[in-house]
Amino acid sequence: MTTETHWDVAPGERPTIPASEQEASSGFLVYTIGLLLAVILTVTSFWVANTSVIWAPGVPAGLAVLAIAQMGVHLVFFLHITTGPDSTNNVLALAFGVLIVFLVLAGSLVIMANLNENMMGHSELMNLQMPR
Amino acid sequence: MTLLGKLDWSAVPFDQPIIMGTVGVMIVAIGSILSWVTLKGYVPYLWREWITSVDHKRIGVMYIVLALVMLLRGFADGIMMRTQQAIAVGGAQGYLPPEHFDQIFSAHGTIMIFFVAMPFVIGLMNFVVPLQLGVRDVAFPTMNSISFWLTASGVLLTNMSLAVGEFAKTGWFAYPPLSELQFSPGVGVDYYLWSLQISGIGTLLSGVNFVTTILKMRAPGMSYLRMPVFCWTALASNLLIVAAFPVLTALFAMLLLDRYLGFHFFTVDAGGNVMMYVNLFWIWGHPEVYILVLPAFGVYSEVAATFSGKSLFGYRSMVLATMAICVLSYTVWLHHFFTMGASASVNAFFGITSMIIGVPTGVKVFNWLFTMYGGRVRFTVPVLWTIGFMVTFVFGGLTGVLLALPAVDWQVHNSVFLVAHFHHVIIPGVLFGAIAGYNYWFPKAFGFKLDERWGKAAFWCWFIGFHLAFMPLYVTGLMGMPRRLQHSDVLAWQPWLLVAEAGAMVIFAGIICQIVQIVVSIRHREQLRDTTGDPWNGRTLEWSTASPPPAWNFAVLPRVDGLDAFWAHKQRVLAKQELPARQHTYRPIEVPKNSPVGFVTAFFAVVTGFALIWHIWWMAGFGALGAAVTLLAFMFRAKDEVEIPADEVALFDRAHPVEVSL
Repeated sequence: MTTETHWDVAPGERPTIPASEQEASSGFLVYTIGLLLAVILTVTSFWVANTSVIWAPGVPAGLAVLAIAQMGVHLVFFLHITTGPDSTNNVLALAFGVLIVFLVLAGSLVIMANLNENMMGHSELMNLQMPR
Repeated sequence: MTLLGKLDWSAVPFDQPIIMGTVGVMIVAIGSILSWVTLKGYVPYLWREWITSVDHKRIGVMYIVLALVMLLRGFADGIMMRTQQAIAVGGAQGYLPPEHFDQIFSAHGTIMIFFVAMPFVIGLMNFVVPLQLGVRDVAFPTMNSISFWLTASGVLLTNMSLAVGEFAKTGWFAYPPLSELQFSPGVGVDYYLWSLQISGIGTLLSGVNFVTTILKMRAPGMSYLRMPVFCWTALASNLLIVAAFPVLTALFAMLLLDRYLGFHFFTVDAGGNVMMYVNLFWIWGHPEVYILVLPAFGVYSEVAATFSGKSLFGYRSMVLATMAICVLSYTVWLHHFFTMGASASVNAFFGITSMIIGVPTGVKVFNWLFTMYGGRVRFTVPVLWTIGFMVTFVFGGLTGVLLALPAVDWQVHNSVFLVAHFHHVIIPGVLFGAIAGYNYWFPKAFGFKLDERWGKAAFWCWFIGFHLAFMPLYVTGLMGMPRRLQHSDVLAWQPWLLVAEAGAMVIFAGIICQIVQIVVSIRHREQLRDTTGDPWNGRTLEWSTASPPPAWNFAVLPRVDGLDAFWAHKQRVLAKQELPARQHTYRPIEVPKNSPVGFVTAFFAVVTGFALIWHIWWMAGFGALGAAVTLLAFMFRAKDEVEIPADEVALFDRAHPVEVSL
């Protein structure tokens, strides 16, 4: 049977994925490249934080870009997220995780900002309690 | 600092006759069960076959036993509250003092959600999912055992609070600032937090386990769209567990830091933000609703299809609706705190999303109706629970759509109208489903069916009792009755509360019927015996093996070439009028080796939790170290599998002439 269930493995069965495909991205070389890229990105972010070459208000944006690139490097070189069919589960899980984190963070920020806007100032609140 | 921290004899409430009576009964009951087990010499059997078992079926059964026992405790709390509210009106003060009443409503909610609904649902998934997927166990069998025993640790700690110390008086969600040290200096909130932290780790591990199992370990040929609907709902539910429970754990960790180390996450002063707790709690809390209800929907789908003799109507729309709910459940949480002060636009957004999430649920209801339409429905006990669910849940859902309107919510928030609403969805939605599943899969687990007559009696008592108990609360809620009232001065509410009390009594009769049902079924097990492995003319793979299934589930792994694999197979056999030749070459099967690591880790978790609650620091260190050493020792085990010889598999397979191979 050669349906989309090609990569389903039942306990006790021999893996049906060819060895070459399994080893696709776990070689020593891949880890080395990943490590190098990660180190370069880390060092760059330390340099960006202290430099005066870049326009100062642009530094946070630069750091954010470097951080996202760092995540990408980790995902590709260390966690082996690829576009291959055996990686579908991982990609979907990642997408689900990103979506949930986005909903939780963005939702909380909007809700809490809105609540703060509608709330009395901290000092007023304290004054309410004082006369007791 | 003393050797025993805050613990001394004043922790035991000797002056409270109700509590001491309950504790006495509990000690006598547990003591007599333990001594009976010991005297009969069952301890080695229990240790070998159950306590150290890593078999998903055994663990599932233990989860459900735990849930049923805790259902009794949670129900006892519920009926005590109903009685107090029914009699403590006007001059009468009732029999529960306020501080005890507060503990009871907190314990009722905590127990019913975390220690009844959760273990029941996880127990069903444990038992059913690997069998339906046609595999031999979950992905991480020993971790499964750890999950179960950590849940049991949480249960034990919660129940200990009855005898030693107190439970939280804060309601089941423990909102600060009430739950902060300043306003709850006792150990109640600590009992709440630590028992939920420990059992929460167990739940999270279960979630990881099931997601892995369903994604990676299906029978050959079982593609995603050939999985039974129950597996789909289990997948959605466990994805939600994995995404939601860490939020709860982090939230409780922050509250613990506030209480133990003087942090200010949620305090009123020093920049803490109380509202952040409420926000984060419901980011977990709303998905939790769907963690519980989705597997129950799965049960209804299986029951409706099996007993109508038809394949499920709209399988793909069912899958789509399930996964849509899985994502949408993360977009509605603000409707739990519409009145906290968000502006109309934010409230309106979440009000609309709350109404939208009703749509996929509506799709499901129509699917079940169309599954039954035109089928030859057999009105067995699981079907009664399913139909009872559909009738009741639709009305409960409608009050939910009402409450999704922020303007309406402002009128009835914090009233018993809300209490009526969430009982109206969670009892039919989750509990009816769990009981339907329990009746449906019981013959698979134990090899004999449950008695139908007592099962039907139990259903009617529950169904009628439920409506008697909760419909009056809608009325009193609209009359303005707040929830969690220990005493009221409004005589006009009392008739309604007396009706609700009567309803609780009818539910109690239903519970008694269920106990009788088990006893009667065990006594008549020879007449109720299921020798075929397929007592209901089922459709999915769990019915294609013996009842109860052997440790290895399937002698030969089934090959799947479509939806309702077992049903299709039976149709082919019927069409050909002959059984396919049975010429298997049996091979030895490796099953995971039993391990006491779950039980021992959980023991140390209880020690740690208890020590932290009472500030006994040396003991907390000892417990944590014990748990760590246990897990470490487990990692270095030499042998993790037992091989079952081919002869034994063949012998069992021939002794149970079920068509195992497809």
